[in-house]
Amino acid sequence: MTTSPLPDSQHQIRTIHLTVNGKNFPLEVGMAPHQIQPCHTLLQTIRETLGFTGTKEGCDEGACGACTVIMDGEPILSCMMLTIECDGKSITTIEGLQNPETGHLDPLQQSFIDHGAFQCGFCTPGIIMASKALIAEKSDIETKDIQEALSGHYCRCITHYQVVDAVVDVTKKVMRVSDDK
Amino acid sequence: MTNNYRYIGKKIPRKDAKEIVTGKAAFFDDIKMPDMLIGKTLRSPYPHANIQSIDTRNAENLPGVKAVLTYKNIPPWTVGIPPHIPVLDRRLRYVGDAVALVAAETREIAEAAIELIEVEYEPLEAVYDLDEAIKPEAPQLYDFAPQNMVPDALPLGVEGFEDAPLHHIKIGNVEKGFQEADIICQGTCSYDGIPNPLPPEPPGIIVKWEGPEEAIVWSATQSPSWANILTSMFLNFTEIRSIATYCGGSYGSKNMLFNISLHAAALAKATNRPVKIYYTKAEHLNAFVLRPASRIHGKIGMKKDGTLTAIQGDWLMGYGANAPMGFMQLAVGCGEAQLALRCKNWDFKAKCVLTNRTPSGIVRGFGGQELKSSLMPILSIAMREADIDPLEFFKKNYVKDGDGYYWRDSKWHVCEGMDYRKAMEKGGEAFGWKEKWKGWLKPTTEKGTKKTGVGVSLHGNADVGEDRSEAYVRLMPSGEAVVQILVAEAGMGQRDSLCKMVAEVLQIPLEKVKMTPPDSLVNPVESGLVGSRGTYACGTAVIAAAQDARKQLLEKAAEKFNTAAENMDTADGMVFQKDKPEQAMPWFFITGPFQSFTGFGRFNTDFTKPNFMMIFTEVEVDVETGKIEILKVLAATDAGQIINPLALKGQIRGSLGSAGIDTAIMEESVIDPQNGHIMTSNMIDYKWRTFAELPEFDDVILESQFPTHQFKAIGLGEISTAPTPAAVLMAVSNAVGKQFFDYPLTPDKILRALGKIQGAESK
Repeated sequence: MTTSPLPDSQHQIRTIHLTVNGKNFPLEVGMAPHQIQPCHTLLQTIRETLGFTGTKEGCDEGACGACTVIMDGEPILSCMMLTIECDGKSITTIEGLQNPETGHLDPLQQSFIDHGAFQCGFCTPGIIMASKALIAEKSDIETKDIQEALSGHYCRCITHYQVVDAVVDVTKKVMRVSDDK
Repeated sequence: MTNNYRYIGKKIPRKDAKEIVTGKAAFFDDIKMPDMLIGKTLRSPYPHANIQSIDTRNAENLPGVKAVLTYKNIPPWTVGIPPHIPVLDRRLRYVGDAVALVAAETREIAEAAIELIEVEYEPLEAVYDLDEAIKPEAPQLYDFAPQNMVPDALPLGVEGFEDAPLHHIKIGNVEKGFQEADIICQGTCSYDGIPNPLPPEPPGIIVKWEGPEEAIVWSATQSPSWANILTSMFLNFTEIRSIATYCGGSYGSKNMLFNISLHAAALAKATNRPVKIYYTKAEHLNAFVLRPASRIHGKIGMKKDGTLTAIQGDWLMGYGANAPMGFMQLAVGCGEAQLALRCKNWDFKAKCVLTNRTPSGIVRGFGGQELKSSLMPILSIAMREADIDPLEFFKKNYVKDGDGYYWRDSKWHVCEGMDYRKAMEKGGEAFGWKEKWKGWLKPTTEKGTKKTGVGVSLHGNADVGEDRSEAYVRLMPSGEAVVQILVAEAGMGQRDSLCKMVAEVLQIPLEKVKMTPPDSLVNPVESGLVGSRGTYACGTAVIAAAQDARKQLLEKAAEKFNTAAENMDTADGMVFQKDKPEQAMPWFFITGPFQSFTGFGRFNTDFTKPNFMMIFTEVEVDVETGKIEILKVLAATDAGQIINPLALKGQIRGSLGSAGIDTAIMEESVIDPQNGHIMTSNMIDYKWRTFAELPEFDDVILESQFPTHQFKAIGLGEISTAPTPAAVLMAVSNAVGKQFFDYPLTPDKILRALGKIQGAESK
């Protein structure tokens, strides 16, 4: 095993910064066990280094959507992104959806509960994050938009129908709230 | 029904819903053990080979590597019925078979070490096809299985399995039956695309040894008790403590952690440290449980009115490179054949066939889906000749109250108190079957190049009452109830449903019901969430335990109230006299601080109450491109009593997943016949249904209050996939106007049947 540090002529340790769920994490880059290696995916860093295990590793090849997190507003596959490419980025994981002060669930999480929109629950965090990004991006959402946005998410128990209902329901409620204003 | 339940049948979210949607539910890969090593496997590039030489020195010398195991230095453990699966073998029998194992400090080191193992292979001739495999000249996989057939079913010789599993339905006289028939047909149908149930979470296990014969295993499984079945049945260990994590999908497959368990156990023993093995998705697709391959050479005798007079056949079930469960799946399949098809004369023999493919095993439908998918098209020939509507055929021929059948234990059982005809009829009405059914091999509609067709199939299973279940319910001074039963959460919501049953019996708020974690040391014995047995078998055990505890509480309370126990009642953690509910006192006044009332409940095997599900489907076939679209699915069934409507809805829509309906049109593990490699071993090439391709899905679920337990319910999650492939194949055959006998119906097969393309079959 090689133990040479990253290319850094001054032998200074390079530090990158990730903001995860509103909290800043300075992370050293290097080959030591406590450091972010150049080969680490964002998924690995989120789960193993930072301990946000709500984000799941399904296929680790960008084909199942289980590892979806929101980065600067966009849903991304964290298994297809190297951590060292994410310096300065702001990331939201499933753990970041609850209101940190009140502990209240995000309306989307509540809607998934009310509709029973999960079975084994392994794909659920990824699906919720992708749905969250969709709702944030678009105001008038139709069923087919939800289906399209989630088409890269692998659910094998078949909870698709309840998931679509849950997302539709929350968009209606969100729209109602904004109409009232 | 007008039952006044508080929880049963109500749309109340699962107790663990918040954990799931907040990401707090701990799945297998989310747990860590101190001092844990990572295990990795070197896998065979050949479908059949002997290891000629193996040099592990470079791997052993890599810093961080703690053990390297080959067939030369493994513990002498062998599993399977009969035992034929060692930890590692010098002979390799499929592409992906384990050659060597490494345990190292990190995943990266273990992977690097695997690369450093040098192996010379002696390639051998391989066989993949079921009929080819059983020819005398075929390459032989094992000495114990001449012509690659596992010798006739053996009794396991343990309680509950003392009878030889059913593998030959021999009833009446088929020759006589064929003489009585108006119509005799025969044919061969293959359901051998070996699709992958492919749960989103790959399989994994951690093993830690506590003593020479004492181990703890953590795994994502639907049945934690199976770790003990593995060891106590096949190996001489006294007791394994088995702890289940949240399981990210199983669909039967994660009952079978046999090989991975042996590998992790051997590495943990060699290193004296906990060892974790967690498959990559590629390993999951190449080297973990596939659906078995099935082929039936069958002959049917039938009267013009649809009465079956004889069923004869050879059923080949292909298990790939080993068959750990032997005949168990074939036994259930043979039983299920009789549930759907009443017939006085049978001579139907199941054969357990081995080939050089990735091992198959338990997948939702457990033999029944494989059997139904390959038998129904042959039956269709007879139904077509008699011009019988398949819906009427099923209604007439499925097992009813008072009818008997040989079940998996080779014993005769008589169906009690169930009638599903109403569900089938209501299903047909809701689907519009009468309007859409135009006759055999006739499309429902034709418009340009698009033709639609409808199909229907039926599946039932008497395993809903299989094996024993034990439970405790403790009534605590706090007014809470603690349920102790060894039940894991793999998506069915069964832990929640059992809590709801207990809350209903005790009339306490649902949040006051707690369940112990799925840990075999903490809970009594229970066989596992298989065969839809959770609702009836586990349900009976927890209800009985809750009733027992309640009785003890009321007896003690009666002393305090100076009355008889039958005058007492309890609700919301209070006890009171039935005629003076206002004078209530909390449980605490009865228990005091240091007493609880512990009730015990047991379920004993009952094979007399089969469930049934009928699937109607409508498909559209583009006869220009051969593309098939499933337009509509309707599931018709009777749950007796719905326990949790949200969970049931999900389980029924599960028809579309877990190597279910799409095995009829697109799901298969495609093998390169030149080298035995699976060419679909990633999630792009392996085909699966997306959110953008959802057919219209309806259900008709009756609640006829079946004679099971207090809540009159029966489980049916497992069977929702089983009828689907045959229903789709029938619908496509009708749309196209040709009877098909082969799955999956990929566009090339459609176009070949229509004479639009020439050339050899794709496989």
